[in-house]
Amino acid sequence: MTEPLVRPKRKNPLQRTRRPLSPQGIRSRTAHGLTAAAAEGRFALQVCEDCKTVIYPPRDCCPSCLSARLPFRDVSRGGALLAETTVHTSPEPYFRERMPWRVGTVKLDAGPVMVAHLHGDTREGDRVRLELKLDKSGSAVAIALPEQDTPNMADDPHLREMTCDPKFRRVLITDGRTPVGQAMAKAFADAGAAIVFVGVADAWKPFPGLDALRKIAPVEIVPLDVTDTESVTEQAEQNGARIDIVVNTAEHVRSGGIVDRHGLTVVREQIDVRYLGLVRLAQAFGPILRARGADGVNSAAAFVNLLSVHALMNWPAYGSYSAAEAACLSAAHCMRAELRPGGVKVMNVFFGPLETEWFQTVPPPKVAPAALARGVVRGLQQGVEDVFVGDIAEDIRARLAVNPKALEREMATS
Amino acid sequence: MAAGAKRKSYDGVVACLPVTIPYRRYSTNSAQWWLGRALRELCKRAKLHAADIDGLAVSSFTLGPDTAVGLTQHFGVSPRWLDHIPFGGASGIVALRRAARAVQSGDAEIVACIAGDTNHVDSFRKTLSTFSRFAQDAVYPYGSGGANASFALITKNYMNLYGAKREDFAKICIAQRDNALSIPHAMMKKKLTLDDYMTARPIADPIHLFDCVMPCAGAEGLLVCREDAAKALRLPYARILSTIERHNAYPSDPIQVRGGWAVDISDLWSMAGIKPDAVDFVQTYDDYPVIVMMQFEDLGFCKKGEGPDFVRSHTFTNDGSFPNNTSGGQLSVGQAGAGGGLLGLVEAVRQLTQQPLGSAVPDARNGVVSGFGMINYDRGLASGAAILARA
Repeated sequence: MTEPLVRPKRKNPLQRTRRPLSPQGIRSRTAHGLTAAAAEGRFALQVCEDCKTVIYPPRDCCPSCLSARLPFRDVSRGGALLAETTVHTSPEPYFRERMPWRVGTVKLDAGPVMVAHLHGDTREGDRVRLELKLDKSGSAVAIALPEQDTPNMADDPHLREMTCDPKFRRVLITDGRTPVGQAMAKAFADAGAAIVFVGVADAWKPFPGLDALRKIAPVEIVPLDVTDTESVTEQAEQNGARIDIVVNTAEHVRSGGIVDRHGLTVVREQIDVRYLGLVRLAQAFGPILRARGADGVNSAAAFVNLLSVHALMNWPAYGSYSAAEAACLSAAHCMRAELRPGGVKVMNVFFGPLETEWFQTVPPPKVAPAALARGVVRGLQQGVEDVFVGDIAEDIRARLAVNPKALEREMATS
Repeated sequence: MAAGAKRKSYDGVVACLPVTIPYRRYSTNSAQWWLGRALRELCKRAKLHAADIDGLAVSSFTLGPDTAVGLTQHFGVSPRWLDHIPFGGASGIVALRRAARAVQSGDAEIVACIAGDTNHVDSFRKTLSTFSRFAQDAVYPYGSGGANASFALITKNYMNLYGAKREDFAKICIAQRDNALSIPHAMMKKKLTLDDYMTARPIADPIHLFDCVMPCAGAEGLLVCREDAAKALRLPYARILSTIERHNAYPSDPIQVRGGWAVDISDLWSMAGIKPDAVDFVQTYDDYPVIVMMQFEDLGFCKKGEGPDFVRSHTFTNDGSFPNNTSGGQLSVGQAGAGGGLLGLVEAVRQLTQQPLGSAVPDARNGVVSGFGMINYDRGLASGAAILARA
């Protein structure tokens, strides 16, 4: 039985903040196939194209037929925990300060044997299910979970090291004026967040949904304008040290392309809200998040980017919008590298057209703000890095994987 | 696979001149320094110039970025036969086999087999984290317990399957410590009691402190040459009756319960022309005690699963029944990196040439030496064994 987490008390301001450490994240290039799967919450191992042998640890040559065709494929997660050990000493500082640490040998139904981290509710001899997770180093590791869910299982300390569960964490939603921002506040409150700071620019301007927002218990409305460097900096100074997850909900959706647009006004605004807004947030909150990556139960955990799936492939009908989103995606890759030393994840959540006013003319399927918010919370609970929400997002991702050039042509007429 | 050509015997090839450069817990010197001490000691005691040694086999973990080739220039030697054997605990047996064939075929006259490592304060962590690609990808990120954690899983599984108890492993460790008490350079100098063993701090359950070797700096060496060459040098020698070597055996065993010895065991005994009951001592590879128990089984002294009973029925001390690791093994003298792979061989030659450093096994005529090494992912991959005899 997992001991349920206790809501952490207010931090003693005189206490030293523990510096974040990471397990060793170095992997062979091939082993990062596991990282790719873990980033999306899949359980994929190499499967030999020639003889179908499932292979682990990752190899460049099949140990049963010497084939070099060894793509990663989703395989069955089930297995049996044959033997376990509790490690009491380690030369690695990350594990040293988290001892004792259980690991075990799991014989997978799919064939190979995996040495894996063990969830506290697993027992030697039990059936287990394996998941690939990104550990604090950002590289993939396997953890064996009990075959059936157990009470409070997400609170297991080993597992929580690998997820960004909002429970008892404090969240900043950067823009509460939008339906997405409001849905996000509700979803985080439902997920057990301790405080949900909701940023609102120009608070004197009323907006629909404000009353409902105020009624959500952990919500605290704070002044924040992502287009104003001073406002962002002030908010970080005010509350930065007690914000564990930042969700950037600032949006700027306008239709129209690049050639057939007169002037730069809209494009400049898009860049200011989306790209420069992200840079302002990253500069103000990033260093504090990174420093607080190991700060107890409510350590800093994640920076969430909501990105149009058209960041991955431009949609000319919303061409300049797509381009601004692409700039944010590129910035997110940079932020990942910069926040990783703190064990802070940058989660990119890709969505198709939303069920909101700015996509009024776009035919369905569209993503309801509440569905997007649920996708964000679920992604954080799983500890993944890339999430695709809705049919359009999944569709674009699948088409991109098959033939990016075909997708580019197809987007011109959609 | 059909049986190949009958293996040629090692008649006329001998092992001699066992040397040990006394171990130190930590050393600021390099592996090159330690291996150089071993080679010099061999030359000095054989009254040879380094140039007379025309074959060199080297084993070391901490030599990087050098290999045996770089060492030739470092040492100013010009061998016509050179081997680098980075096989950890199996490297001694492998070096012996290769050197013996080189000498037998005339590719070399005198081969110096040297093995050793330094131990800096941070060597242990560095060796663990970069030990192998599979260790880096699939073991080290899991608690970073290193070999302790890997062997803990092997030990736990063996206990579950065959009913071995911690007391059984204790007996192996305590007997080895008794054997080590007369060895001057042993890292562990105090008698080990059952209570000490049982109450030691846990390292990775069920492995506790005294199941683990102590990493240290040191080097071991010996010469392999023709019998007439050893006679001319007036060096006492031991004969090589048989050897085996096997890598990555039984890959489909989900957890290692046997080593490669089991594949080739009939070959080992038939080539030697003796039976297990003619053996006066064994030098097993003792990193960790569960592997010692597996070797008793896989080398043919008892059946698989009978290891615990076998342990309960012997003393393993030099003055008792079935002497095992007669100088105390790595568990007592320390693990000088790859030197641990040569330790058993060096001690076997000492016992068979009546020049033990510590207590002697009375009237030792035949000895088995076993090597095991390289826990690449979840199991030791390399295993080998040799039977040596008094000349």
